[in-house]
Amino acid sequence: MRVPAFDEVWGSAGPDASREGFEALAAWIADTPPHELNRRQQAAEAAFRQLGITFAVYGEDEAAERIIPFDIVPRIFAASEWRNLKAGLEQRVEAINAFLADVYGPRRILRDGVLPAELVLANPQFRPQVAGSRPPHDVYAHICGIDMVRTGPNDFFVLEDNARTPSGVSYMLENREAMIRLCPELFEMFPVEPVDDYTDLLLSTLRSVAPHGRGSEPVCVLLTPGHFNSAFYEHSFLADAMGIELVESADLEVDDDIVWMRTIDGRVRVDVIYRRLDDDYIDPLVFRPDSMLGVPGLMAAYLGGNVTLANAPGTGIADDKAIYSYMPEIVRYYTGAEAKLPNVETWRCREKQALTYTLENLDKLVVKLVDGSGGYGMLVGPTASKAEIERFREALVAEPHRYIAQPTLALSTVPTLTEKGVAPRHVDFRPFCLSGADGIRIVPGGLTRVALREGSLVVNSSQGGGTKDSLILADRPRRRGKTTVPEVAPLRSGAD
Amino acid sequence: MRLRIEHRTHYEFSQPQRRLVQLLRVTPPSFDGQAVVDWHVEVDCDARLKRSRDGYGNEVTMLYVDGPIDRIALTVGGEVLTDDKAGMVQGAPEPLPVELFLRPTPQTIADAAITEFARDIAESAADPLSRLHGLCGALWRQIRFDAGDGNPHRDAASTFADGHGVCQDHAHVFVAAARVLGHPARYISGHLWRSDGQNVQPAAHAWAEAWVDGYGWIGFDPANGASPTDAYVRVAIGLDYRDAAPIAGARVGGGAETMHVEVAVAEAIQQRQSQSQ
Repeated sequence: MRVPAFDEVWGSAGPDASREGFEALAAWIADTPPHELNRRQQAAEAAFRQLGITFAVYGEDEAAERIIPFDIVPRIFAASEWRNLKAGLEQRVEAINAFLADVYGPRRILRDGVLPAELVLANPQFRPQVAGSRPPHDVYAHICGIDMVRTGPNDFFVLEDNARTPSGVSYMLENREAMIRLCPELFEMFPVEPVDDYTDLLLSTLRSVAPHGRGSEPVCVLLTPGHFNSAFYEHSFLADAMGIELVESADLEVDDDIVWMRTIDGRVRVDVIYRRLDDDYIDPLVFRPDSMLGVPGLMAAYLGGNVTLANAPGTGIADDKAIYSYMPEIVRYYTGAEAKLPNVETWRCREKQALTYTLENLDKLVVKLVDGSGGYGMLVGPTASKAEIERFREALVAEPHRYIAQPTLALSTVPTLTEKGVAPRHVDFRPFCLSGADGIRIVPGGLTRVALREGSLVVNSSQGGGTKDSLILADRPRRRGKTTVPEVAPLRSGAD
Repeated sequence: MRLRIEHRTHYEFSQPQRRLVQLLRVTPPSFDGQAVVDWHVEVDCDARLKRSRDGYGNEVTMLYVDGPIDRIALTVGGEVLTDDKAGMVQGAPEPLPVELFLRPTPQTIADAAITEFARDIAESAADPLSRLHGLCGALWRQIRFDAGDGNPHRDAASTFADGHGVCQDHAHVFVAAARVLGHPARYISGHLWRSDGQNVQPAAHAWAEAWVDGYGWIGFDPANGASPTDAYVRVAIGLDYRDAAPIAGARVGGGAETMHVEVAVAEAIQQRQSQSQ
């Protein structure tokens, strides 16, 4: 299917034109011979392969270790575009944290009928085990990866709020390292905001949410499910960059409701755990009893206020598909203002009018199961067969409350290196938002995923998706900071 | 009644353990019709105990033991005064909204067979209360009690298909069936004084509660086909066994373990025993 789309560099007029402010990038794309782009791209991929960079986006099935294709042509956001995005993201993340504090606390939003109580309470992502307790400093979703899509110059939409254990930030950082090394001229041409202080900000965020009374240098660790996990590279990369211990469950033990790390020099008390495993697996005494990855007693330490878990247990209720459609109401409820970043228009088929509209427009809409996962139970109207559409019609009539419908979006494209030269490919964007005791921090950047197959709207790495660098331009003249081209700019080694 | 309870759990390990961590939900709350007179949690070795409450309002005791240790005996018990409230539960800690208990869990999913069974009973019942009593009685008749069946991970559908199980299996099927009929329902772990004189049992008891508008939470014991009386001591609640089980434990040290449980429930005042029988 070919969807007419807005191109972020070329506009809607094709490669001979360019959008205002993007002339320089268009010229760089036009002037750099494809074989040179190819050479640089291969050099980057060779380096990634050597580092062993693999990752899978949250929600996908665990896949075999795999290098995700890298695209050498960067994406650029103007300073004003980023400013608007950032304000919208801050508002969204503020609302997500307020929502979590409320549903696990007084549940005002349910009593006020802003969204149906059963949508939260009957949802497996709502964890009664943490109801009535408060995390240190009342922060729940310390790290959020908000997935955005774009359809026009000023049309950004939130597609998904990832508030559990979002991954991909190592790609943001490694892609930038590679670009500085392989395309230094771009960083001379453009005043690019640096992203490399992300790990410093992450560490200060984690430290800021340590339990009260744990001093100015609380002990933070990163808890990984282990080297077989598809995001293990990212876990070791982040722990290394922050200078904190990378631990597995066997390295931790809970005693007297306090978490200790076993080291060769004895036990060290742990204050903050950046955990990269899901709620279900963190403590076999409270969640899945068959989990071999968790730490027995961890939840007792958490509920006792003796350790901070980032993200807090139970955040999955905020990024659930069933809750997503209510995010505009949730943002308004907690911030008192309209959402600066709109949702993708969503029809909740549980509502009669929405169901009628959906049934009348099945050939144009994407229909999703609210409790489906991994793309199971999804209808893409424009590409579906008549039989498929009729099957969904029957299912919708039988159980309308289980479905939502959205328009088929023409995702924006960005020039991308293909076998036939540079051509437009659809993209999405995942910026990373940090919430600490002292506020929200967002590094100017994010992970851009690109659907490498012509016309494809699916950016997932499992379906031919790749990544590219996302350059945020500074308002001010290019600053002489870490991002300027170093004389020698080797790729960072993740191992040491 | 004035009930005296001794709940003993004994573990033996085939090789010394380096550490034990256990989460205990063994302390009953006081509420209308149930007053805890005294209660103790004792361990026969050096251990650290930490008390707290979980999200359901259950009293939780964390137990931490450093090894090497190759056996441990845990004794909990005390005296509880109970009144017969015809199964109605009032004044208990209720930090969570009733609607939460409509949620099926992996152990309490109503498959087609349970759903059909529940709907058949619902059709022949005049009101919600008699519907739930009908459910309780039918499960008592239909699922044979089999003490050799204890598998804490079995789900409601397997129990219903097999037609036999222990009290926790009865409770899971009841909870699944009640929820599929639209009644919030939950799993209860506790103790039962038996009028047949068999006062020492190899396990604690389990039953269920369902919410009926106008009445509130009402207990149903589908392993005995009746609602709880003053012979019952209610200890912990949850969506299913996993949330309410008396003990969840982990150990570091490998090898195998054998567990022996003995629950003695007796009337503290002997003279009343004859009246109750």
